[in-house]
Amino acid sequence: MKILVCISHVPDTTSKINFTDGDSKFDTNGVQFVINPNDEFGLTRAMWFKEKQGASVDVVNVGGPETEPTLRKALAIGADTAIRVNTPAVDGYQVAKELAKVVKDGGYDLVIAGRESIDYNGAMVPGMLAELVDANFVTNCISLEVDGTSAKAIREIDGGKETVSTSLPLVIGGQKGLVEESDLRIPNMRGIMMARKKPLNVVEATSAETETSSVKFEKPASKGAVTLVDADNLDELVNLLHNEAKVI
Amino acid sequence: MSVLVYTESENGKFKKTAFEVASYAKAVADQLGTTVTAVAVNADDVSELGKYGVDKVLKVSNADLKTFNAKSYASVLKQAAENESSKVVVVSSSADSKYLAPLLAVNLDAGYASNVVEVPSSTSPFTVKRTAFTNKAFNITTIDTNVKIVGVSNNSYGLVENSASATAEDFAPSVPTSGVTVESVDKVTDKVTIADAEIVVSAGRGLKGPENWGMIEELAEVLGAATACSKPVSDLGWRPHSEHVGQTGKPVAANLYIAIGISGAIQHLAGINASKVKVVINTDPEAPFFKAADYGVVGDAFEVVPALIEKLKAFKAANA
Repeated sequence: MKILVCISHVPDTTSKINFTDGDSKFDTNGVQFVINPNDEFGLTRAMWFKEKQGASVDVVNVGGPETEPTLRKALAIGADTAIRVNTPAVDGYQVAKELAKVVKDGGYDLVIAGRESIDYNGAMVPGMLAELVDANFVTNCISLEVDGTSAKAIREIDGGKETVSTSLPLVIGGQKGLVEESDLRIPNMRGIMMARKKPLNVVEATSAETETSSVKFEKPASKGAVTLVDADNLDELVNLLHNEAKVI
Repeated sequence: MSVLVYTESENGKFKKTAFEVASYAKAVADQLGTTVTAVAVNADDVSELGKYGVDKVLKVSNADLKTFNAKSYASVLKQAAENESSKVVVVSSSADSKYLAPLLAVNLDAGYASNVVEVPSSTSPFTVKRTAFTNKAFNITTIDTNVKIVGVSNNSYGLVENSASATAEDFAPSVPTSGVTVESVDKVTDKVTIADAEIVVSAGRGLKGPENWGMIEELAEVLGAATACSKPVSDLGWRPHSEHVGQTGKPVAANLYIAIGISGAIQHLAGINASKVKVVINTDPEAPFFKAADYGVVGDAFEVVPALIEKLKAFKAANA
C-alpha cells in the first residue's frame, strides 16, 4: 500500500497571531511552525500501517522552501520520502489541484490529510482532492483500518459517530482519534540523522489556478474587562445573564 | 438565478441550522435582487421554511438518501443548483455540510468559503468575512468564480423571520452510487450536540476526576445545554474526545459558554472565541480565562456549581 500524507506547515498552537503588510499577510516574525496537528495524527496512523502492514509512506506539502523543516520533521518521525510542490499555498482549490497531480503521478492508494489546517481552517482540501482524483472520501475520521483494498473508518458526526465501509483509493480527512495524543512521536536523534539523508524532492507547480482571494485579515475586537460576581451572590449572575447578556 | 440553500433535516424535522442558513440565504438574495430556493431531503413539513424567507422548496423524497452520504447529497445539490441556475449556494457548518461542500465545489466549479460569519460586504466582487487561525482572526476573502458556495458558521447570523410563504415542488434528482457505505450510526439522540447548542457547559481538570461530572450534566440539563470539556480532560480519558473543544478539538460558537475549572490555555480560548457570552468559574483569580470572559466567579466549582443549579432552577420556575 502506497500512502501519501499531506502536511500543512502551520504556526504552533501557542502562537500570537499578528498581521503585516497592511493586514494582508500573516506575520511570521518570531513564530514557530509545526506540522498541522490534524495532519500529525494522520502521519502517526500512517506509521502504524508502515510498521504493521508494510506500507510505504510519503509526505507532501505545497509551499515555499520555508516549509522544508516541517517536512524534515515528518521524515524524522519515519516517512520515507518528502515531496514539496514549489509554490505558495494560496487557496484550497489550488492546493487540492497540486496535490491531485502528486497523487496521480505517484499512484497512491491512500491519502491521509488533516480534516482542516489550524491556520486557514478551510476544511476543503481533502474533499476537493478526493473529488479531483475520483477517490472515496471520509472526513472527521477518528479510526481507520485497511485490509487489502477494503477499508473501515469511523467518522465523527454532530452528536456521535458513524462507521463506514469503503475501499481504496481513499482520501481521509483525519483528526485526533486516528491515534491518541500519547501515540504521537517526538523525533529521536537517530530519526533526525536519518531524515537528513532521506529524499526531499522539489517538484514544480502545474498551474496557479485559484478560486478565492484573501483580501485582508482582522483581529477580533478586544474585550472589555470581566464582570466579577461574588460566589455568594449567584442571583446576580443569573440576573446578569438574563437581563444584561440576554442569553438565558 | 435564485440563491440555493441546503436545509438539513434529521428524522424528517429541520435542524435549527436549517433556519439559520435559510435566513442567511434570504439576506444574500435580497442583496442580489433574487429569490431563495431550499433543498430539503426527506423532510416532512417544508412549510416552516417560508417563515425564514424561503420562496421555493425543492422537496426530495428518496429512500436511497435516508442516511447522509456526502457524495450522493453533493450530487443532489449540484442537480438542484443547475436546475435553478443558482450562482450562490449556502450551506451550514454542520459536520455533514462541511463534508459535502468541497465535493460540491469541485462538481460545480465553484469557489467555496467556509466558516463565514456575516452576509457578504459586497456581491461584486463577492466578499465575505470568515474566521481563520481558529477564531484568533478573521479573513476577508473574495470568491472569484461564477458559482459561489458559502458555508455559514453556526450561530453567527441567527434566525431572521420573514413573512414569506414557501411553495413546495417535488424534485427527483438521480442519486449516484457512492463508494462509502454507512454501516452503523451511534448517536445520542436525547442530548443537545455541541454543534447545535445555544448554551455549552464545559469543564476542565479543576473537577479533579470523571466521577464529578454529575453536576456538570445537571447544570447542562437545567440550561438545555450541551456538555464539553478541555483538552487535558479528554486526553486523560475522563470524557470522550467528541467533547473536547479548542484548537485541535471542536470549535464552539454558542450564545453562552460556561467554563468550569478550565484555566484558559490559548488553544482552548481560540476554540471558544466565537461564542458570544463567556462565563468562567475558577478558584484561581489569576487564571487566563478571566481575561477572556464576560462574567466571572472566583470560587470552588464544587460549591458554586450546585448553588448555581439551584438558582437557575428557581429562575426557570419563576419564568416558566
